[in-house]
Amino acid sequence: MKPADIGILIVDDEASVRDSLCKWFRLDGYRVDTADEGASALRKLQDDSWDIVLLDIKMPGMDGLELQRRIKQIDKDIVTIVMTAFASVDTSIQAMKEGAFDYIVKPIDPDDMGHLIRNAVQHRQLLTENLNLRQQLAEMSYSDEIVGESDAIRQVLARVATVAQTDSTVMIRGESGTGKELVAMAIHGNSNRRYFPMITINCGAYTEGLLESELFGHEKGAFTGAMYRRRGKLEMADKGTLFLDEIGNIGRKMQMDLLRVIESRQFTRLGGDKQIQADFRIISATNRDLEQAVREGSFREDLYYRLNVFSITLPPLRERKSDIPLIARFFMNRFARSMNKAVTDISPETLDMLMKYNWPGNIRELRNVIERAMVGAKSSRIDPGDLSFPFHPSPGAVEDESLEAVEKNHIQNILSRTGGNVSQAAAILKISRLTLYNKIEKYQLKKG
Amino acid sequence: MSRIYLVPIHLNAPEWLGRLRACIEKTFGIRAKCCSFPIDLPAAFDPARNQYSSSLILQQLIANPPADARKILGITDVDLFIPILTYVFGEAQLDGIGAVVSLHRLKNRFYGLPEDNDLMVERLMKESVHELGHTFGLFHCAWFGCALNASTYVEDIDQKSCELCPDCRNAIGLA
Repeated sequence: MKPADIGILIVDDEASVRDSLCKWFRLDGYRVDTADEGASALRKLQDDSWDIVLLDIKMPGMDGLELQRRIKQIDKDIVTIVMTAFASVDTSIQAMKEGAFDYIVKPIDPDDMGHLIRNAVQHRQLLTENLNLRQQLAEMSYSDEIVGESDAIRQVLARVATVAQTDSTVMIRGESGTGKELVAMAIHGNSNRRYFPMITINCGAYTEGLLESELFGHEKGAFTGAMYRRRGKLEMADKGTLFLDEIGNIGRKMQMDLLRVIESRQFTRLGGDKQIQADFRIISATNRDLEQAVREGSFREDLYYRLNVFSITLPPLRERKSDIPLIARFFMNRFARSMNKAVTDISPETLDMLMKYNWPGNIRELRNVIERAMVGAKSSRIDPGDLSFPFHPSPGAVEDESLEAVEKNHIQNILSRTGGNVSQAAAILKISRLTLYNKIEKYQLKKG
Repeated sequence: MSRIYLVPIHLNAPEWLGRLRACIEKTFGIRAKCCSFPIDLPAAFDPARNQYSSSLILQQLIANPPADARKILGITDVDLFIPILTYVFGEAQLDGIGAVVSLHRLKNRFYGLPEDNDLMVERLMKESVHELGHTFGLFHCAWFGCALNASTYVEDIDQKSCELCPDCRNAIGLA
């Protein structure tokens, strides 16, 4: 922000103070105006936007404290600095309690004045940035990020809208790469908790012990290497949302601990005895068949019901193929901006290839394909030649291919689908991790 | 031909005036001329602060400018203030005709150090270019070395030069 973008309003009944401050700030390039009493200051605040108001405490009519209260009613983010010729601790404390950024005892050292205004400007910029972020978050309508016009995706959006404003526990189901985290973000971003954090934890990425520490935090000395006290994700999510990704991967002990926390919203840090209370909403996500896991006894039924209060199922991309052109263009535009490349179109032939493909890795895979195509694109249009990924079309449209080529493509697809998780991919392929590693090396495959 | 007028206020033919004039002529490319204006200094005195109002001195300085005056710079050795601040090194009209600078806090003596006349003149040249820069419409400059960099302590003045940076020169058509 340039100084000219910052508006400073000076309110003082003493003309010499107004004039000298006005001249001082103008030399720094700020936009400055003055008012000689509270009422005219309020009019100026209604007519124009001001970032910082310097106001005298002692003025005839409306005093500075009352003026500050009225200013905060107009816009609580306006930075107010009170001025007084009399170093009264009481009025200064009162002004600070009521939201003043700082106070000046007149006259002030030029260097102190410079520092004070620089700090005030910085504070105002932070408030403005926060406000913008909040607005972006509030306006992050799911249609922005969750792209699609198919009936399937419309239904998802409708369910997001239904549940966002409530405090219900939500479970998001869907294959890997279908956008479960985006849906969680949309729910959080449109909920009353949106000004507080959404804390994400990938339950599948930790061992049980580590997950426990991540969730509950720990006290110093709770275990070897616990050098300092550490807050857990549950504490960090206070007043916000806790997003438990891959919830189907947690072990029995953690399931029991989690159930207890969900019911009481109370927990203790590892190695601690103090009960900590936290108020968070839980959204969980899984690509596993949890009902099957419950039937098999590997997932607690009571926890399943606590988590699955409201369920949203994301369709795989192959079931909403009509959205592919829209999503492809969405990613193309996004990467064009981030890569600063003037690629503005996708050829019909390319779209045709994208539509014929089965997308086992879903939107994540499509995103990667578009990103790679953007990197390699030699013109302003993505052409089939830019698609470096070895596509194999949907069943029914199989080209003549060797068994090896099919195997290579299939393994690559599964790796993309699992985001490069070799263990998961091996489980899906029903081969050992070692065999999978050998095949990855043999076919020179990319993980993810 | 328009000129920049240098006006010593109650100073008897200071020996550094030639250096100051040369510096200003070189910086702004405008001929400078030394002359005396009648300034009632006691009228600007504030007994409560034991300082002189730079604004009141400035008012007198620009009250009746000579017809060929492009800018007028008053130079005084009294301690200057503006009402909100404890002191100022000088004051200028932004995009106006007049400016005033004070030697008072530019002298080592003020800080209890041995007098250094050369250093004082250096500081005076920097602050004169600074204040005159404002009269040409320049704001404070973020370049540390630029004369238009804001200086609130004498140590800040010592860090900068009496030259204008390329951006400031460009802004007033000197590039």
